[in-house]
Formats: sequence, structure tokens, C-alpha cells
Amino acid sequence: MSSDDRNRDLITRLLGPDGPEVTCDQCFELLDQYVDLEVAGENPDAQLPGMRAHLEGCPACHEDHESLRDFVTRR
Amino acid sequence: MNASETLHARRRFPMDEGGGVRRDDTQAWLSALRGPAVPREEAIADLHALLLRAARFELGRRRESLAHVPYAEREDLATQAADDALVAILSKLETFRGASRFTTWAYKFVLLEAGVKARRKAWQGREVTLSDDEWLVPRDAGPTAQEVVEGGELLEAIGEAIRTTLTPHQRQVFRALALNGVPIDVLAERLGTTRGALYKTLHDARRKLRATLADSGLGGGHEL
Repeated sequence: MSSDDRNRDLITRLLGPDGPEVTCDQCFELLDQYVDLEVAGENPDAQLPGMRAHLEGCPACHEDHESLRDFVTRR
Repeated sequence: MNASETLHARRRFPMDEGGGVRRDDTQAWLSALRGPAVPREEAIADLHALLLRAARFELGRRRESLAHVPYAEREDLATQAADDALVAILSKLETFRGASRFTTWAYKFVLLEAGVKARRKAWQGREVTLSDDEWLVPRDAGPTAQEVVEGGELLEAIGEAIRTTLTPHQRQVFRALALNGVPIDVLAERLGTTRGALYKTLHDARRKLRATLADSGLGGGHEL
């Protein structure tokens, strides 16, 4: 990873995503629908705007999303 | 026949190859959980077994951060997560909108519980100092984003904006969460607040920093 990439990652980590996003409570409310759409091969970001930005900005919700997606798709 | 075999023998919702339940079982779950006492109790036992499996999966994913926790204690954490999730699920059953499979909906409760418990256990005994005059660094942490911020010319402006633009509370929360990697659930527990409230503070702080940097024409090649 180049120094510019590292800076870009760090800036994203510090400042989070730009644009509107859902809250943590809304994210939890929608997370199961979001994951099932992902698993079905559909585009959850088109149907549930604000989720992607929140998942990029909130480390805990990001982990919850990865956990749920990985668990329902485990083999 | 042991307890596990007994449970399996009477399981109403057979496991699929991946250990989950079959895909078209949402109505069966809802009917059983909303139905008469006997099938309801059986469905609750089956649901608890699924939740326990999910909790163990989640704690297994976090085995590195829980390496210091004895097996029996990890099992206890998994059971607590399954128990707490079951209570939450049954109390919210009527709010299930059917926007997902029932099991996906149920799993999110137990994965949240297990994740929160694992983060808190991993940080148990680690100090989080909440002084506005100090950077928040756990005693045994490695290099932090703070060091990178202070060492990188490109990011000096962010450090200055953190110091001059944010309120003391925003600075505390931002430093803990964004700079020092304190898990938001851990900080929420220490401060007696919620994940949502802390994230709102973090979000407001980020918005202020973006505006300050944009006003200074410091967007550069990065999308601020």
C-alpha cells in the first residue's frame, strides 16, 4: 500500500464517509433486510440508501454487518 | 440419550448443511412461536439452540482478542448472548416485518449481543482515560492513529482542526473512537450512554472537521 493510499485510508477512518447515512438504531433495524438482499445478489444500497455510508463510518455496525453476512452464508 | 441428542430428536426446524435452518421456514417459525404452549416451548428451545450456535460462531471469529479468556468463560459468554438475544427476539416478535428471513432477523440480535460482550471482555481491565488534555491511549496499545496524524504533513490540518474546532466532549469521543480505536460499545459502557448517542457525537464532530478543512481549501486529492 502506497503512502497516499495509507493517508486516504486514514482520512476515511478519521472523517468517515461523506453524504447522508442512517443512525445506528436504523442500521440495526434494516441490517437483516440488507444482508438478505446482498445474499440474494440484489443491490441493497439502491433499496436501502444510507446504509452503506453508515457501515463505512461506524466500526461496530460494520462488524455486525460482516458477522451477519458471514454467518448466513457460511458453508 | 444426552441433552444434546434429546434436543436434536425433538427439533422441529431441521438444520441445513451449513448449520442454519431451511430457507422457507419463516412462516413455520412465526406460527410456532405465536402458537399454543407446547409447540411454542419447543420452538423456543430450537431457536435458543440456533442462537447459541451463532454466538459461538461470533466468539470464534474473535478468538484472537479473546485468547486470554478461558474456554468455560467463552462458553458462558455465548450462553449469555443467546439468552439475552432470545429475550429480545420474543419481546420484539410482533415487530418482525417479514423484510428478511426470520432466521436472518433473529441472528442479528445474537450476533450483536455476542459482539458487544466480546468487545467488552477484550477491553476488561484496560484503562480508558477521558481527560480532554490527554490523548486516549490504552496502556498496551501499539501505534495509534494519533501518532500518524501528528507525523504526517498532509494530516496536520486535521489535527489542528481537532484541537480548535471541536467541543471538549466531541474531542473526547472523537479521540477515543476515531484516533485510538476504543470500541464504541466499550466507550458507551464506560460513559453510561449508548452506541447511537456516541456515534451521533462522532458524526457531528466529523462534519465539523470536514467543514473546517473545506473552508481552508484542504480537500486536496481526498474527498472530504
